[in-house]
Amino acid sequence: MSERDDHELRVSKIQDGTVIDHIAGGHASDVLAILGIDSGTDEVVSVGMNVPSNRLGHKDVVKIEGRELSQNEVDVISLIAPAASINIIREYGVAEKNRVERPDVVEGVLSCPNHDCISTDGEPVASRFAVLDDGVRCAYCETLVREDLADHIDV
Amino acid sequence: MLDRNHVITAKDLSRADIETVLDRAAAIERDPPERERHAGRLLGLCFFEPSTRTRMSFEAAIKRLGGDALDMGPVDSSSATKGESLADTVRVIAGYADALVLRHPSEGAATMASEFVDVPLLNAGDGAGQHPTQTLLDLYTMRENAGGLSDLTVGIMGDLKYGRTVHSLAYALTKFDARQHFVSPESLRLPRSVRYDLHEAGARIREHDDLDAVLDELEVLYVTRIQRERFPDENEYRQVAGEYRIDAATMERAREECVVMHPLPRVDEIAPDVDATPHAKYFEQAHNGVPVRTALLDLLLDDADSGGGEETVDAADDGEDGRKP
Repeated sequence: MSERDDHELRVSKIQDGTVIDHIAGGHASDVLAILGIDSGTDEVVSVGMNVPSNRLGHKDVVKIEGRELSQNEVDVISLIAPAASINIIREYGVAEKNRVERPDVVEGVLSCPNHDCISTDGEPVASRFAVLDDGVRCAYCETLVREDLADHIDV
Repeated sequence: MLDRNHVITAKDLSRADIETVLDRAAAIERDPPERERHAGRLLGLCFFEPSTRTRMSFEAAIKRLGGDALDMGPVDSSSATKGESLADTVRVIAGYADALVLRHPSEGAATMASEFVDVPLLNAGDGAGQHPTQTLLDLYTMRENAGGLSDLTVGIMGDLKYGRTVHSLAYALTKFDARQHFVSPESLRLPRSVRYDLHEAGARIREHDDLDAVLDELEVLYVTRIQRERFPDENEYRQVAGEYRIDAATMERAREECVVMHPLPRVDEIAPDVDATPHAKYFEQAHNGVPVRTALLDLLLDDADSGGGEETVDAADDGEDGRKP
């Protein structure tokens, strides 16, 4: 059975929206957190977890009806799911298919965990992090964040 | 000339930048500049934390160049008490002055402030971050007393986690390929971000919890203050602080030429009986703040006059250790 067949058996097609595929197994909840989707959401969301995948072994898949992701959202997803692909769906067809690319810098999407950082002090600046191979670094206080990036999402 | 407008962190200062400033400082000590050299130039002093040495030495420096200082005054008499942002404060004062000196309790404050001004901005301490102009005077003191800056073996002891002078000094010493021994209790070791940068720069560093492990190798011993508020209780603080205190008897086990430095103020981490030994250079170090800051301002104001300068430079600390008052 192909990966695609397996996927379609579990989750039905959507008319318009976004499919985030090839999320490393177990990280769908982080992607949902990035997108601000929790149990109180009104959006129609399908989540596949630990779906067999040729490329990843096991992967997670998230489908969101009626919503196309912003570049900021894609940038943050790239930090925790670097193998993900983002498919924009229009009228049941894939209108755009993009692998995520890790940006050099992410702005305004993470909050600095250092409470003494000037970026957390009500100044008129957006948070800014340089993207490293194994994490991110605050452009202001230089704090390194390597673990639990999803805990610092501020989109 | 420096190739940047701002001095924000020692990491951004090249070895050539540092040598340029130190050479100019030495020239100024030999042959003080003409009083009118930068006549009419104004230096804005924005201190959101207490300061004695840094504030006064910058003021002395600009006055020795023929200029004057505009001091924002204590924070409790400034617009910050009305809720004004730091960004707005520095934008306004940058309109009154030719360069700014900023000390602020938040890490990254100087980096952020530099994004809002078009005059040179000097970081005079940003929380537990950096204090690059202190580093310049530290290096000047080492160069004058330890026979140069190449191939030095330096011990840095005390609060390495929150000590901004330590962070800036470590970056700068790495550019001179120093062997650096960091001596501290485990809870006050270098922060991960500084360790990361030193590793990336190929620094030669070792960490110890006992000064005696390295004391007899050191050409310079740089001592910093351990603050009471870093510990959950008074007993633990006293026990730890007592282990990282030196006196004249300690220095008898050191090399004869070992130079003892401290960014000051000290509390009791260097006993007064060290003051009379030939090791003690911390008061000379504090005095060096004036020629070094005079040199730095001279270079930056020259650059501003010539339209030169492109981006940003960083330097070291004072009051100096990034500790909250």
